[in-house]
Amino acid sequence: MNTVLEAKHINKYFKKPVLFHVLKDINFKIDKGEFTSIMGKSGCGKSTLLYILSTMDTDYEGELYLDNKLITGDSKDKLSYIRNKNIGFVFQFHYLLAEFSVLENVMLPAKKLGEKSFQEIEHNAMHKLKILNIDYLAKKKASQISGGEKQRVAIARALINNPSIIMGDEPTGNLDSHNSDNVFNIFKQLSHEQNLSFLIVTHDEDFAKRTDRIITMEDGRIIS
Amino acid sequence: MVNWKVLLNIAKKHLLTKFKQTAVAALGVTFGITSYITLASFMTGLNNVLDDLILNQTPHIHIYNEIEPSKQQPISLYDDFKNSFNVVHSIKPKLNQKKIHNALPIIKYLNDNKDVKGAISQIKTNIFYISGSIELVGNLTGINPIEEARLFNFKDYVIEGSPKDLKNTENSIIIGSGVAKKMSLSIGERVQISTVNGTVFPLKIVGIYQSGVSDIDAIQSFTNIKTVQTILGEAKNYITDINVKLYDIDRALPLAKKIEQQFNLNAVDINTANAQFETGSSIRNLITYVVSFTLLVVAGFGIYNILNMLIYEKMNDIAILKAIGFSGKDVQIIFMSEALIIGIVGGVLGLLFGLLFTNIINTIPYETEGLPRIKTYPIDFNLWYYVIGLTFAIISTCFAGFLPSQKAKKIDPVKIIRGQ
Ligand SMILES: Nc1ncnc2c1ncn2[C@@H]1O[C@H](COP(=O)(O)OP(=O)(O)O)[C@@H](O)[C@H]1O
Ligand SMILES: [Mg+2]
Repeated sequence: MNTVLEAKHINKYFKKPVLFHVLKDINFKIDKGEFTSIMGKSGCGKSTLLYILSTMDTDYEGELYLDNKLITGDSKDKLSYIRNKNIGFVFQFHYLLAEFSVLENVMLPAKKLGEKSFQEIEHNAMHKLKILNIDYLAKKKASQISGGEKQRVAIARALINNPSIIMGDEPTGNLDSHNSDNVFNIFKQLSHEQNLSFLIVTHDEDFAKRTDRIITMEDGRIIS
Repeated sequence: MVNWKVLLNIAKKHLLTKFKQTAVAALGVTFGITSYITLASFMTGLNNVLDDLILNQTPHIHIYNEIEPSKQQPISLYDDFKNSFNVVHSIKPKLNQKKIHNALPIIKYLNDNKDVKGAISQIKTNIFYISGSIELVGNLTGINPIEEARLFNFKDYVIEGSPKDLKNTENSIIIGSGVAKKMSLSIGERVQISTVNGTVFPLKIVGIYQSGVSDIDAIQSFTNIKTVQTILGEAKNYITDINVKLYDIDRALPLAKKIEQQFNLNAVDINTANAQFETGSSIRNLITYVVSFTLLVVAGFGIYNILNMLIYEKMNDIAILKAIGFSGKDVQIIFMSEALIIGIVGGVLGLLFGLLFTNIINTIPYETEGLPRIKTYPIDFNLWYYVIGLTFAIISTCFAGFLPSQKAKKIDPVKIIRGQ
């Protein structure tokens, strides 16, 4: 199996307000097509870990490999590029640019990447929206759709550059069970059909149980 | 690689959603630039008129023979008193001629100098105007009317008639407007003039001269050099003054010094003679720039303000952009572009309003005795003000945009996302 993401001996400290060892010797691998969930009590360091894995936080010790390449210590610009091309991120809150249309929001990372023509990007974005059954919302303003719809738009945006891995920090935490189910099914389907890797932090036991693998954390450590 | 299209599109969206504040910030710049253009064009227009008033009709170098006491009194030539302390009372000026020796060769020499645009001769003499029983003191200057018009804008100050008429009419005169008024004279009439020696001469009036300086206009008249020579009974080489116009006014001082040494004459350059006008111009310029700069600084604060506000409001957007792969530099470019768009739009509007206002001012009638050439408020239309204005707007917005955009660049997305 191909390894998509690997963390080796990740340690992180918060220096303020007091020195706090938040992540303690984190080691794990995510394979291609694997649907992994992270569970653990509130405050155990799940989000902190996810921010490091997504390259947004660079203040840590240890090594991080993406597609078997060491990315720890890369420049900020390089990491931005990696984030743009290889990592999709879905937040708990629907982070969309309110002034842009749904379609524009989905297209944005691809336009930033700049590898494809406008027409291609638009076509791909419409395709992603169709996969998520929200293509009819394409022209709507991002601020004018419901919470469940926003989350699906955010997922479509995370998919647009065909990344190696999609990470989510409680992406269903804000959704009712129906919408939550919906999102789970979409993830599951994508990991099966497109061999996409998922690493999803969740509090939802039912959600986690249905994933390929559960990583459990406690007090900054992986315990299983 | 910077993807300008995407970044500018985001900047545009930001500005459009905050249209009112954007417009206010841009109008601040517009106000600053409009004021600058209007002030600079108007002030300089005024400066030019005032400078013209003096400088255009003033020779860059004026060469003449001063009547002054001899520097060496006869006694100092006498060897017997060499070692004694001599006191000479009541020194009188030496009786030397006003005439410039070898004036014609000197003029030729000067005209051959490549810095010299033209050197022309004049004869200045004191006369009396006689009309019936009235006798008025006056100055009569013998000139070459055509050359005088070419080099010293003489034509601009002849408000009736023309220098050509002077040239083409035998025994003609152009009299000062003050003289004409006092003696109720007009073109076509004759005026009697009398020399200091008492010779009376009738001259035909072909023009009225008005310099704008009423003290001058009340005494000054012009005629042909030949006529003055005839009146004074002098030879054809009798010349009292040489006026020199240069291509570059800054060459006046060194050349004047050189002439003084070489020919043993008095040569006064224009800057020495009119130092106060330079000061006036530079102070007016200073005021223009201080006022405009102040307005632009205020406008800069407006831009600084709106950008800070935008960045504060768009904190989440910035975090999203960074999370989906926009670099700090990209984000900085977005906000810098916003500042520049505000600056350029505001600046260009400022240029247009400046052009409009100066055009309006230029049509407002402004007539004054002192400035016969001026019919409306003077405006100096100069492309440079527009170039400087726009540059000024862009630079000040760059300054205003830099700190906020730097802040946006440094925003840590993790902090923002955690903060939710
Ligand atoms: N910026 C910070 N400075 C100091 N402590 C922090 C900071 N961010 C988070 N923490 C602490 O680190 C621990 C882990 O936080 P987090 O990763 O958000 O937990 P989780 O996502 O598992 O609920 C918590 O105890 C939290 O209070
Ligand atoms: Mg968390």
